[in-house]
Amino acid sequence: MTKTAFYNNPRFRSAFYQLLVLAAVIWFGIEFAINARANLEAQNVRFGFRFLNDPASFGISQTLISYSEQDTYTRVFLVGLLNTLLVSVIGIIFATILGFFIGLARLSPNWLLARLAGGYVELIRNLPLLFQILFWYVAVLLAMPSPRQSLGVGLQPLFLAAADGFAYLQYFGMPESIAQWWRGLAEWIGPPAVYINNRGLIMPRAIFGEGSGIVVAAFALAIFAIIGLRSWARRRQDATGKLFPVLWTSLVLLIGLPVLAALAVGAPVSFEAPELRGFNFVGGTRVIPEFTALLVALTTYTAAFIAEVVRAGVLAVPKGQTEAAMALGLRRNTTLRLVVIPQAMRVIIPPLTNQYLNLTKNSTLAVAIGYPDLVAVFAGTTLNQTHQAIEIIAITMAVYLAISLITSMAMNLYNARIRLSERV
Amino acid sequence: MKRVIGVLGLALAIGLSGQADAQTLKTVRDRGSLVCGVSQGLPGFSNPDDKGNWTGLDVDFCRAIAAAIFNDPTKVKFTPLAAKDRFEPLRSGEIDVLSRNTTWTSSRDAVFNFVGVVYYDGQGFMVRKALKVNSALELNGASVCAQSGTTTELNLADYFRANNMKYEIVAFGTADETIKAYESGRCDAFTTDVSQLYSEKLKLSNANDHVILPEVISKEPLGPVVRQGDDQWFDVVKWVLFGMLNAEELGVSSKTIDEALKSKQPEIRRMLGLDGTHGEQLGLPRDWVVRIVRHVGNYGEIFERNVGTSSRLGISRGLNRLWTKGGIQYAPPIR
Repeated sequence: MTKTAFYNNPRFRSAFYQLLVLAAVIWFGIEFAINARANLEAQNVRFGFRFLNDPASFGISQTLISYSEQDTYTRVFLVGLLNTLLVSVIGIIFATILGFFIGLARLSPNWLLARLAGGYVELIRNLPLLFQILFWYVAVLLAMPSPRQSLGVGLQPLFLAAADGFAYLQYFGMPESIAQWWRGLAEWIGPPAVYINNRGLIMPRAIFGEGSGIVVAAFALAIFAIIGLRSWARRRQDATGKLFPVLWTSLVLLIGLPVLAALAVGAPVSFEAPELRGFNFVGGTRVIPEFTALLVALTTYTAAFIAEVVRAGVLAVPKGQTEAAMALGLRRNTTLRLVVIPQAMRVIIPPLTNQYLNLTKNSTLAVAIGYPDLVAVFAGTTLNQTHQAIEIIAITMAVYLAISLITSMAMNLYNARIRLSERV
Repeated sequence: MKRVIGVLGLALAIGLSGQADAQTLKTVRDRGSLVCGVSQGLPGFSNPDDKGNWTGLDVDFCRAIAAAIFNDPTKVKFTPLAAKDRFEPLRSGEIDVLSRNTTWTSSRDAVFNFVGVVYYDGQGFMVRKALKVNSALELNGASVCAQSGTTTELNLADYFRANNMKYEIVAFGTADETIKAYESGRCDAFTTDVSQLYSEKLKLSNANDHVILPEVISKEPLGPVVRQGDDQWFDVVKWVLFGMLNAEELGVSSKTIDEALKSKQPEIRRMLGLDGTHGEQLGLPRDWVVRIVRHVGNYGEIFERNVGTSSRLGISRGLNRLWTKGGIQYAPPIR
């Protein structure tokens, strides 16, 4: 047997090339770092994170935590991060609900419903998202009145409209007192507390007074009670086959317990009503139109993809399963809920995770319509003012990576739980 | 395989370290054209016309640099940039000069070099006439639309805080989105530099329904910017501006340039390169002012053509008059 030279040994070759590539990557990284440092120094930019403690001195339109211009860039970062998370989390919840509904509707035996759902999916997923965001923003803004002509949502505008109607009917012999009575009723009920205009949706703000901790505790208690109730109802159903109306009982608990607690300690939660003063409403709390537009665009766009994922998942369940369920006498709804969806979920979850990640990342398009998300206020304005490009981009990338990994992890855990447990 | 990796690594290394050397003038000459960062469309300053040709004060400044270097004002490539993205391309060497209505501030000067001031500006407000607001001091509680990544956001915060007023800022990525949001009623006021207010007002469908408030709340000296660490290029761009100002001061315009070349006045002869080697000292050709004035014009001509009273913007020269005419535009002498 002839001895092969060591450089012809496949194991050696493979290891050699891998080492070579690894060395090239490391060398590239070091070269990049040295170069970036030299170039930055030549341009008088000091690398580091000290800038995070400097005052930001610019305003932000939506802040979930208290923020003023004197706060630091760290605070700006937190404000932006929370705004990103807010729109992403709410978007994911709504997109999932809408997506499931449309995906199932597309499979419905109802011809019209299925075609409508199909049309929705094809239209929405084939238009660029940025275009849709701008569309919703302009649509939201143009459809809404100015602050001085705000739409009041409440009973007073309704009663006033009724009064106007009856006043008109006077010409046909209706007594004047009826219109007067409606007007009086409107007066008595007071101005509405919720307004809609092109500055957003303005609502009363809850002010938590002394003893409001009990209300929060009652709310938490209600959640625990519901979890307990659910598992009890399931066990009972498994044992006796009797159903229990869990949903309605849960709703009653969720609303009833905190209200009872609030009444018991003497209504510690008061509401601050918004009031039109000068250009805008003062007091209360406000949902800005940028948020609404972004949320609607992200939700409808992602829902179109989720609908396809759901449809694929449902179609992946063998038809025999449905037929077997039907043969057992289950209704269509029950078949879907208890037989098809649980099996479809195994196919749905991995691509669904992708859609959740996409939605979160797509929320960065917010800058186009002035929604202050992380990219707009931190990787945009902060970067522009401090010139610390490498640090800020690195932080921002790390944040999106972390959000994505956490989402993936949560979905993988859920996936593992519902995975088909095969018999050994 | 090994060779491929080696070549790739070398290419990347060169690509990355290429920016460290600071010979912008040589790079521009070798490339045969100047790359100039401008706005995404601001009438009067930098705006593409219906044929796609860039026009405006900032654009003409870039053309003047090209005229001085190549004797050809068309050898410029324009890169439109959003306000918040304008500095990184300059830092990375993607553009040679940033001529994009950029305010000269200390923090920006710490990282870049401002060659001078092409337009002395200040920040103001535009509101709807229907609001019946006569002063910026009546804007308490207003929603204000602004472009993000500008000094505008900071001045706005300072002004409202100094006057103890509340406000809501809605900041957009580009100027077009900002003005659109203002027009659709999202904000009570639109704020930016006064010159830009005049320019953006032209984009509104009913320009006469809007009014620019009298208050100017900040100093906004707008000027071209270059990278730090390249003194020669800094000098070249700086003296293109000073050349245009000196030409106006000495009465040399695109119409009178041929007569001026016959002049016996020593100041004019020095400026036009007939006496001395002032251009060469700066790294420019001897007749750089002649080239600029012939192809583009002097400062006054450029101003009037793009933003002055005879243009669509109709802004009076005000502070931007020469120091000899009551303004503050002033250039060091050529000697």
